[in-house]
Amino acid sequence: MQLNEIWFLIVGFLFIGYFVLDGFDFGVGMSLPFLGKDDTDRRVLINTIGPVWDLNETWVLVAGASLFAAFPEWYASLFSGFYLPLLLILAALIVRGVAFEYRGKGHTIGANEDRWKATFDWMIVIGSALPALLWGVAFANIVQGVPLNAAHIYTGTLFTLLNPYGLLGGLVTLTLFWTHGLMFIALKTDGDIKERATKLGTKVGMVTTLLAATFLIWTLIAHFSVLGFILSAIAAVTLIAGLFANHFKREGIAFSLIVVTIITSVGSLFAALFPNVFPSTTEAAYSLTIENASSSEYTLTVMTWVAVFMIPLVLLYQGWTYWVFRKRISRKSIPAGAH
Amino acid sequence: MHSAIPAVLAELSPLDLSRWQFGLTTVYHFLFVPLTIGMVFLVAILQTAWVRTNDEKFLKLTKLFGKIFLINFAMGVVTGIVQEFQFGMNWSDYSRFVGDIFGAPLAMEGLLAFFFEATFIGLWIFGWDRLSKKLHLATIWMTALGVVLSAYFILAANSFMQNPVGFEINEAKNRAELVDIGAVLTNIVALNQFPHTVTASFMFAGAVMVSISAYHLKRAQASAAMKTSLRFGLWTVIVGGIGTVLSGDGLGLAMVQTQPMKMAAAEALYNTSAPASFSIFTWGTPDGKSELFSVRIPNLLSFLSTHTLDGQVEGLNDLQSQYLAAYGPGDYMPTIWITYWAFRWMIGLGMLSMLIAAVGLWMTRKGNLTLPKWAWNVAIWSAPIPVLGISLGWMFTEMGRQPWLVFKLMKTADGISPGINGVDVLISLIVFTAIYGILAVVEMKLLLAAAQQGIDESVSEKSKSEDSDKLAVAY
Ligand code: HDD
Ligand code: HEM
Ligand code: HEM
Repeated sequence: MQLNEIWFLIVGFLFIGYFVLDGFDFGVGMSLPFLGKDDTDRRVLINTIGPVWDLNETWVLVAGASLFAAFPEWYASLFSGFYLPLLLILAALIVRGVAFEYRGKGHTIGANEDRWKATFDWMIVIGSALPALLWGVAFANIVQGVPLNAAHIYTGTLFTLLNPYGLLGGLVTLTLFWTHGLMFIALKTDGDIKERATKLGTKVGMVTTLLAATFLIWTLIAHFSVLGFILSAIAAVTLIAGLFANHFKREGIAFSLIVVTIITSVGSLFAALFPNVFPSTTEAAYSLTIENASSSEYTLTVMTWVAVFMIPLVLLYQGWTYWVFRKRISRKSIPAGAH
Repeated sequence: MHSAIPAVLAELSPLDLSRWQFGLTTVYHFLFVPLTIGMVFLVAILQTAWVRTNDEKFLKLTKLFGKIFLINFAMGVVTGIVQEFQFGMNWSDYSRFVGDIFGAPLAMEGLLAFFFEATFIGLWIFGWDRLSKKLHLATIWMTALGVVLSAYFILAANSFMQNPVGFEINEAKNRAELVDIGAVLTNIVALNQFPHTVTASFMFAGAVMVSISAYHLKRAQASAAMKTSLRFGLWTVIVGGIGTVLSGDGLGLAMVQTQPMKMAAAEALYNTSAPASFSIFTWGTPDGKSELFSVRIPNLLSFLSTHTLDGQVEGLNDLQSQYLAAYGPGDYMPTIWITYWAFRWMIGLGMLSMLIAAVGLWMTRKGNLTLPKWAWNVAIWSAPIPVLGISLGWMFTEMGRQPWLVFKLMKTADGISPGINGVDVLISLIVFTAIYGILAVVEMKLLLAAAQQGIDESVSEKSKSEDSDKLAVAY
């Protein structure tokens, strides 16, 4: 296997890691208005991701930086081409991160506490839903291809990206991450809120299944590959099985299954892409591929060593963090009178 | 969409707007980062003192300054994401040209440092009652390690732009390619920038600690604990300041060696001189090309640049003609008045901060806390001085590199994304300015509130506070 193929896999791995991890953060954020009947509920919800959302978000930074190091042409064309959607994602991530940190602090500066929290809660909802939607739009368009000229420069506009396939991709990630978040809540909480999360999870999950099935079939028709077919099939089976597990209150199994769904469905997109990384719809010859977009042999070698040593270590200490915070959270864990 | 753009908007230059955007967002990011870099160590030291002595006072200080640290850290993180994406969004030709080299330290920063920081900070915030005392202490030291690692890698990336090393030009692909990662990571500029930036950050964190302590001491609140943090902060400013001066000297030497034009611009030295004098004040002609009047210290510039009293220092005009010959027509001088004054104010503000700290140490010697009101006020209000110096130092560094984006390899004008239009950049500039502006107000209010809160109230009932802190600190 060549180094640029290995890096295609590593970049794929990092984005999959990002979607699996920050995916449930988005889902939890979107669930605030639906499951959070009062402030204590909303605090329970936020506390399920409190210690980990930052490290989950960091996956996208590392994925982006790895893209830069391993496929600079891809990074350059993609990020400048998708300028406005990325701006929206950045704005949303800023707003979400600040809202997590500051929502409980209104009382320290004498603000009206209900209004303060309501504002920040909405910022969390929007800051979660917008990236969940836009990442799907972006990835669907990457797979489908965009107008790139001979210098690999994007020649479309924002509206070029808002085509049916792109929008469908966005709705799939939006609903998939929401389902994922609901199953995470069911796994991490106790009591009434867990019941409600399970019920809503089944409903949202059914919509997701419909959208995702359409999207995966569409993708397969347009970019058939055996690997893509296998991955899509696994994605479909695990999603449906996950919904059953959720319905029968086996939240551990449900959550694990939907993790597999995300891994395989995002994986199937990368399979559909390979060996292109950013196909051009203007002229197939203008496409960026793992050959013409990649860094030099030397850089890839250096980065491979770093990745080989660091990624297992990262998985180890992040796993430990999840172990430390393994306890379920319920209304009882929120002390009265706390902010 | 393009055809619908009114004529005025179509004239907007994506280059100028992108420069403004990069400058604004980066300076903004770096208002928070120095406090993070310095404060994480001060908090770790305070917590270590608590674990070792079991003295309640240190626990209170850890919690108070930990709170300040976290409010600030959140801003560093959210503004950092923008930095990471901007290279591709606004400077894609730059990313194409140097990505093979520049991407490597950035990816290493992510893999080695950001993951580390983000994981251990979560453990520290939420781990007070879940981890043993010692293990919990270890998490803040791990966070500190992550923070300095990230500073090192990003500075190594920046140093490549100041002094490109370890690369070869690949003509066929029209890009610079990495041939020696060791050279990039041990760039002489990075080796000097790192201690300079970290020690300057210590000055800022120390000054913030002094300010908060003085606020409470002026009101005779929590005197025992606050006396400790006051003296600790004052010493941090002094020690950080000495480190900043020493490393600044090294950085100056490295700069003369790698970017003589920047040193000449820092001094507004128009003609090559040996020996060269250091000017305290210079007035030039309006076009900035020659000097009218100045106040000077003989031989000092020679000493700073070469460590000899009569060493030769190259002047702007001579360097300009050298560069013309080597790189073709163009103006190779940065904007002199900016580099000149930014360099002076960087040093001046740092010295001022050290002076204030030294006077403070002397006035509070032998435990004296009965100071006149003005003295407390100076201590309270002088907290921003080092961070102003830091911002000016960066403006000097980055604007003194102009017109180059990567020194001698690529001009700033050539690094811009070819596909973006002025309207898009204007939109992003407005969005970032608006969000950052609002956040600045919220963050300042929260920081001031946390700083003013008495530490006895916030920590005294220990068991209750441990639970509620878990929430209040993080959310
Ligand atoms: C409070 C902050 C502070 C203080 C007191 C000083 N500096 Fe500084 N300086 C910085 C904060 C700073 C900085 C913001 O951190 C910079 C920007 C880039 C860097 O690495 O550090 C910087 C850059 C910088 C550079 C530019 C390097 C380059 O462009 O390659 C030089 C030559 C010096 N400094 C030299 C000095 C000297 C000789 C000082 C004292 C005698 C000094 N600095 C005090
Ligand atoms: C954190 C401290 C930093 C500050 C305050 C800062 C500030 C600035 C400013 C003010 C400019 C605009 C200069 C001009 O256009 O005249 C600039 C440009 C730039 N800086 Fe920095 N910078 C910092 C660190 C970095 C680092 C670490 C990197 C790279 C890793 C970097 C990369 C760039 C780039 C790519 C530009 C291009 C735009 C331009 O030259 O105009 N900067 N920076
Ligand atoms: C222009 C180039 C820069 C980029 C691309 C950049 C990128 C980032 C990113 C993505 C984060 C968030 C990390 C997280 O999620 O944990 C961050 C935070 C941080 N950055 Fe920057 N940064 C830049 C300039 C600098 C400089 C010049 C320094 C240090 C000298 C620095 C030091 C830090 C540190 C220590 C943090 C962590 C602490 C905090 O968040 O306040 N950065 N940066």
